[in-house]
Amino acid sequence: MKNKLLLALAALTLAAVFNGCGSASSDNSLVVLNYGKYVDPDVLDAFEEETGITVQYEEYESPEEMYTKYKAGSIDYDLICTSDYMIQKLIEEDEVIPMNFDNIPGVENLDKSYFEFSRAFDPENKYSMPYFFGTVGILYNTTMVDASEVDTWDVLWDEKYSGQIIMENSVRDSFMVPLKRLGYSLNATDENQLNEALDMLIEQKPMVYAYFVDESEDEMVAGNAAMALVYSGEAAAAQTFNDDLDYAVPKEGSNMWIDSWFMPKTCKNQENAEKFLDFLCREDMAMKNFEYVYYATPNTAVFNALDEETQQDTTIFPPKEVLDNCEVLDCLDSDAITLYNDLWKKLKSD
Amino acid sequence: MNKFRKLFAGPYIVWVIGFTVLPILMILYYAFTNADGALTLQNVTAIAEPIHFKALLLSLRLALECTVICLLLSYPLAMILNGLKIKKQSFVVFIFVLPMWMNFMLRILAWQMLLSNNGIINSILQTLGFGGIQILNTPTAVVFGMVYDFLPFMILPIYNSMVKIRKDVIEAARDLGANNGIVFFRIIVPLTMPGVISGIIMVFVPALTSFVISDLLGGGKVLLIGNVIEQSFIKGMNWNLGSGLSIVLMIFVIASMAFMNSHSKETEGAAVW
Repeated sequence: MKNKLLLALAALTLAAVFNGCGSASSDNSLVVLNYGKYVDPDVLDAFEEETGITVQYEEYESPEEMYTKYKAGSIDYDLICTSDYMIQKLIEEDEVIPMNFDNIPGVENLDKSYFEFSRAFDPENKYSMPYFFGTVGILYNTTMVDASEVDTWDVLWDEKYSGQIIMENSVRDSFMVPLKRLGYSLNATDENQLNEALDMLIEQKPMVYAYFVDESEDEMVAGNAAMALVYSGEAAAAQTFNDDLDYAVPKEGSNMWIDSWFMPKTCKNQENAEKFLDFLCREDMAMKNFEYVYYATPNTAVFNALDEETQQDTTIFPPKEVLDNCEVLDCLDSDAITLYNDLWKKLKSD
Repeated sequence: MNKFRKLFAGPYIVWVIGFTVLPILMILYYAFTNADGALTLQNVTAIAEPIHFKALLLSLRLALECTVICLLLSYPLAMILNGLKIKKQSFVVFIFVLPMWMNFMLRILAWQMLLSNNGIINSILQTLGFGGIQILNTPTAVVFGMVYDFLPFMILPIYNSMVKIRKDVIEAARDLGANNGIVFFRIIVPLTMPGVISGIIMVFVPALTSFVISDLLGGGKVLLIGNVIEQSFIKGMNWNLGSGLSIVLMIFVIASMAFMNSHSKETEGAAVW
């Protein structure tokens, strides 16, 4: 008797679990996939409260990880936020559905110029809505490096700083630096240009302290290195912990990145997704998000409401002349990706 | 009754099929096909490319260094342990096993902090007037991390096989006129061989295949074959190449185990795996 009871109980629990999974996607809900720490949890709560829509929120670390998760196909995402070149890749693979901006009146708050930048990966501005943007540059410790030195990428090849340089542990970001230093495009696919860039990186390798991704910020805060190649958002965050840190984008130009929202083909709750995007554009919510994430926001309503000091913080909001010098990463074709990966391994195994 | 008993094997069969057989079949499938699904040997022969071969050689070298250091540290320790009183023995063994209660990633991360330029070890060295050491993000640091992590896997089997040697065997040898050297080389060493071999395999194999330690303590500058495989799966989105190189690595693992086993006639008792 007891056994039967236990069995029944087990069956019930199982049923409840499966029910939980099954019902979630069918009714009033929204499945969102976003970078880690990329939305204020309060904003999600407020959205659920105001609209009665249940948000199922999931996070990832790198665009490649997002791609693998999405392609695995076990979850039907309604809305995904990711970076420029990955959106282009997915558009090219026919995985993205067009957005109906008429249903997102809040988009009026977004500065049109960022839609212009987005044309690099979404030529007709049909598929994506900008969320945050920024640049790649040098985060440096002012007690070790003089501000006048970091206006050029050459500083990352200066013997003086041997063992004090942190590079980005990702192919495109690390190759961007020598390509720009040589005066080429950061989307170069020409083998000779890339080999020149590789030689430069190999020459630099003995001087590099380490190739890091997320650790760069902590290492710079701890004062373990003089300079690090980072995203502007990381730089702004690091500066709040260590006053000696400053950020610069060298004059040869750099990478401007845009993280945008898009609706994948698996989107089942388009209306809810539109409501969510509209909600994110609303001034009060966008402000909360900005204060939480601390990356440059394309939302003019938020920008105008900020105090002057923050508005003029060039780490967060890159000045126009810097942006004019920057390029957005293009998605490469598979041959070029293989070439980049091979060169990357060559650098690492050297 | 017999049928009933067989039921107990059910979970293990599911386990073995689901987590050993199927994954290996999938790896084999990916290894011998290209992105379009056509048969190819390219992914396996890719090991001959200079980049991959260099990474494999470096992995072999570091794994070997790690194993030798572990052996040199463990054997005397096991002998010292064996000479202690039983109560003390179990206490010392406990001390050596204790760190294993903590997740190994956390321990490696701790070493990253300890060894960094402004880390605790360098601060202490500098206050004492010595120059700092800069071994973080070099192959030395990677070997250090491996030795630190895998040392218990060498100590325990050697210690176990040493405990099993009966005192009267050694006494008999002495009775027959053997001196310390002969007792050591002709009695103790041969009788602890199974433990040594099991220890070598338990250290060499994970050291050869590791990629997390080289990632964390190598600062992205030390490229082992494990890192190449990891990158082709996660960053390069080239599962076929990753699987092909995994197969090659598996062959090396199996070969090293077969080699070690053929050199030990008696593996009963102390072998842990």
